Amino acid sequence: MRRFLSFRDFDWVLLLMVLALCVVSVAEIYSATLHTKYLGFDKKQVYWILGGLAAMLVFARIDYHKLIDWVPWAYGVCLVSLVAVKVVGVKVLGARRWIKIGPMHFQPSEWVKLILILMVARYFANLGGRSLSWKEIFKAFALVGVPMLLVLAQPDMGTALTYSPVLIAGLFLGGINWRQSLVLMTAGLVLVVGAWNSGKVLKPYQKARLTGFINPDNDPKGAGYQVLQAKIAVGAGGIWGKGAEKGTQTQGAFIPIPHADFIFAAFSEEHGFVGAIVVLLLYFFVLMRLIQNAQTAADLSGSLIIMGIVAVLTFQIMVNVGMVIGFMPVTGIPLPLMSYGGSSVLFTFLALGVAMNVRMRRFVN
Amino acid sequence: MYQDRGNRGEKLSSVKSTAVQYGILMMMLALAAGLWRLQVLGASNFRELAQQNRIRKVPILAPRGKLFDRENRLIVDNYPSVSCFLVREQNKNIDADLPIIAQGLHLDLDQLKATLRHYRAAPGYQPIPIKQDVTADEQAFIEAHRNELPELESIEESRRLYPRDGFAAHLIGYVGEVSEEDLNQARYAAYQPGDVVGKAGVEETYDQLLRGEDGSRDVIVDSHGREVGILGTDHAKPGQDLRLTIDLDLQREAEIALGDNNGAVVVMDPRNGEILALVSHPSYDPNAFAVRIHKDEWNRLITDPRHPLMNKAIQDQLAPGSTFKIIMSAAGMQEGIAQNMHVNCAGGGDFYGRFFKCDHHHGMLDIHEAIPMSCDTFFYTMAQRLGIDTIAKYATSFGLSQRTGIDLPNEMTGLMPSTQWEMKNFHQKYYAGNTISVGIGQGETQVTPIQLLRALSGLASDGHFVRPHTVNPDQLPKDFHQAILDSFPGSGDKYVPINDDTWTTVTDGMAAATTPGLYHTAEGAHIDGVDFAGKTGTAQVVGGGDTHVKGGARTPNSWFVGMVPRRNPELSVVVLQEHGDWGSNSAKIAQAIVTVYVNKQRRQEHNVLQRAGDSKPVEVGAIWSEPAAPADPSHPADASDVLREGHFFVNPAHSAATILGKQASAASLFAELPLRRRERLP
Repeated sequence: MRRFLSFRDFDWVLLLMVLALCVVSVAEIYSATLHTKYLGFDKKQVYWILGGLAAMLVFARIDYHKLIDWVPWAYGVCLVSLVAVKVVGVKVLGARRWIKIGPMHFQPSEWVKLILILMVARYFANLGGRSLSWKEIFKAFALVGVPMLLVLAQPDMGTALTYSPVLIAGLFLGGINWRQSLVLMTAGLVLVVGAWNSGKVLKPYQKARLTGFINPDNDPKGAGYQVLQAKIAVGAGGIWGKGAEKGTQTQGAFIPIPHADFIFAAFSEEHGFVGAIVVLLLYFFVLMRLIQNAQTAADLSGSLIIMGIVAVLTFQIMVNVGMVIGFMPVTGIPLPLMSYGGSSVLFTFLALGVAMNVRMRRFVN
Repeated sequence: MYQDRGNRGEKLSSVKSTAVQYGILMMMLALAAGLWRLQVLGASNFRELAQQNRIRKVPILAPRGKLFDRENRLIVDNYPSVSCFLVREQNKNIDADLPIIAQGLHLDLDQLKATLRHYRAAPGYQPIPIKQDVTADEQAFIEAHRNELPELESIEESRRLYPRDGFAAHLIGYVGEVSEEDLNQARYAAYQPGDVVGKAGVEETYDQLLRGEDGSRDVIVDSHGREVGILGTDHAKPGQDLRLTIDLDLQREAEIALGDNNGAVVVMDPRNGEILALVSHPSYDPNAFAVRIHKDEWNRLITDPRHPLMNKAIQDQLAPGSTFKIIMSAAGMQEGIAQNMHVNCAGGGDFYGRFFKCDHHHGMLDIHEAIPMSCDTFFYTMAQRLGIDTIAKYATSFGLSQRTGIDLPNEMTGLMPSTQWEMKNFHQKYYAGNTISVGIGQGETQVTPIQLLRALSGLASDGHFVRPHTVNPDQLPKDFHQAILDSFPGSGDKYVPINDDTWTTVTDGMAAATTPGLYHTAEGAHIDGVDFAGKTGTAQVVGGGDTHVKGGARTPNSWFVGMVPRRNPELSVVVLQEHGDWGSNSAKIAQAIVTVYVNKQRRQEHNVLQRAGDSKPVEVGAIWSEPAAPADPSHPADASDVLREGHFFVNPAHSAATILGKQASAASLFAELPLRRRERLP
């Protein structure tokens, strides 16, 4: 049975907004790395984006139902590779997150996100949206929890945390009822407090990073330093910003890694409140467009895939921008489509490819 | 496997997806609110913080102007000095490193800890000075431990290098950090805390010219304090080099001649007021002040009863003794009473019902004999005839009881009693009997050596009194020179007309004093073939403890003022030895100085070092200072060792001790630095 597909159904509006964000990203990476050893990363980012676009087109063509069919295999490979990273991974900045294959470095934990989205969508779509039993809920927890713990052990707390919105979105849209969610939230709270106090789950620097944002002045050279400098950068930008390549916090390397995790701080310093709001609006429209696509999807699995992507993107935007303006702890979560980084760019575009895929098949039945 | 779309009929709950949309909207609004708070409400505050973060003003210290003598020989130089600082924020666990640092820099560990405690409240980025003048091996230690001890930083500065053993210290002065009291004064308004300023001598008076203008570099720093760029550079303006009127040869001779005696020597050219030498003893080592003087050393200096910090040449106010008789003579001649005055000296005389004694039975004498013999009886009589106010009138017009206006700080005024002065200060009538003592330079009269020198050499110059100065005014900016001239409008260059017979009588009398003759007080200071004139003074010291011990507190102060030639002298000398006993002792010192001067003039006139056809300029003065001139005078460069000796005079009386002691490092410094060679002003 051949199904008709047309790029007329391709989401050009979404693509346009995404590309607009990419242009902003490349421009800001150029500005932020101008006087650093990262000079030229803007070009690399362009290559990543082009690669991402190609991957997106490929993924848009593969029927997402097939993806859902295959995903358990990928999930298995994923778990294996996470274990492999723990054993043979390359240590960068004190954490093993990367596997080196030939000249390529890659961070499996990024791919896990996409696989989890598909896996969770498959799981809850199979359950058909009816109310969930406790057993089904715990199965979902296990599905997400195992890779999450493996990533947490790398240690990469930031990426591990990005897995949680996939589960939460799945549970919320998959049919959890109020009573169950209340119980889960209470249990989660108890668990988090217990883990915090036990001192075994989180390393001290991770704890310091998590609490540093609350009162950065307490330790202006330590964990709070990054938050403080980022806040200064954002605030100093004012309404109109200091102009491209003119942000003193950015150019003087006061902002830590201004082309990656803290790119929003660099952007806000150089382009001000107006620029920052424009970017937030773009993100908002991207997310709204995705949700619209989820609503018009042909079936529940398609909807759940897109909502999983929305959950992850939303989470990353909130945490990253929240971190930059001092609302959230420093977690090392990149800003999708803005932060420099091949894995992050590829993930985002693949995820968008899958979302396109779902949209393109919305009339196919 | 996937169950062939058994959920095909299921759809996403639209209520839930709408809830997600609103949730995202709320979060976006929260982020926008956060941005508003930082970027709109807090913008100015954060902008300021960003500024503080980024721009660091790095001062560029202006090299201080060098000091040269009148023949462009270097007296005061700068040398590069490396200081070591501790920056605490560069290492969290600094205490563990302290023993290593103390060992490597040869510091006392307890003292190092005390220094750190002292700076405890200072911010972590502020460098704490822990060692000055770091030696080469200590510098190597810092370099070698750059990674292990990131808190150690060394900074190169330019520091003042003075002649050792306090050579000309009072003339030159010293530099130090400007004090808080100074900063409150108007003349220090433009200075910043921590600035190095001249604190005495030429260094203080000419500080404004010598200091130059510090520049600065606005450096953009990154989060590690590393320089990432320069916004702008405000270059330092180096301080102006100054050529002093000092002649190092004479200065050296004066230092040697005064030796270990407490007192002062000033050599001046009375034609223009140029100071050729100025010595005050005991002296101090200005190099000790260059950094921050050690507490013990400071305490020693200020508690020493011999007042090493006092510039006795301009600050010691003492009775002039018999040197005052020259002023008396001039007054008597001008008043017309001295010409025909004949006094019979019988070892003293009765005045106002009291016997005033004289040193000898001089017999019958007139003014021509009274001056060289320094007969007290004659001048008692003259004082009685003149009266205190006439004496005071002349003394004051010759510059006593007022500053000479010399370009050195904190000159004292001296004191000349008069009825007006008595009334003003004691609200009583002047007791005429006191006039008798004043006539021989005793009583309340107080003069400084420089005052006396100016007064007597002014009289020998036909009433042309000059303002002494140590720096040639032609190097000074006009307004700066004018400000110096305006500082004491009453003194300075001035002409007091005197009669010709006054002039000849006074000068011939002084010339006779140094000529062999009966009772001539300074006959021992005679120089064959040189028209050397002068007047001794042996001033009684009132009060004090031990009476009869030679050099004790009541041994008279010994004065001598001499000049060559007797009329219109081109050189005049004042010598003061505190408790030096007879004035003739001081005359010997003046004699030595004048001999050196005269010999130097002779050699220069004959150009002994400049052969015919040798076009290379020969720097006569420097070589000249050493009797053992190089064998081949056509290679004056060979004389550099000799030159250094000439520059940095070693006082034979105490050089060994000081060189072995604290001075050792300074001494070796001179030896190593090629800078010590003679330099020409551009």
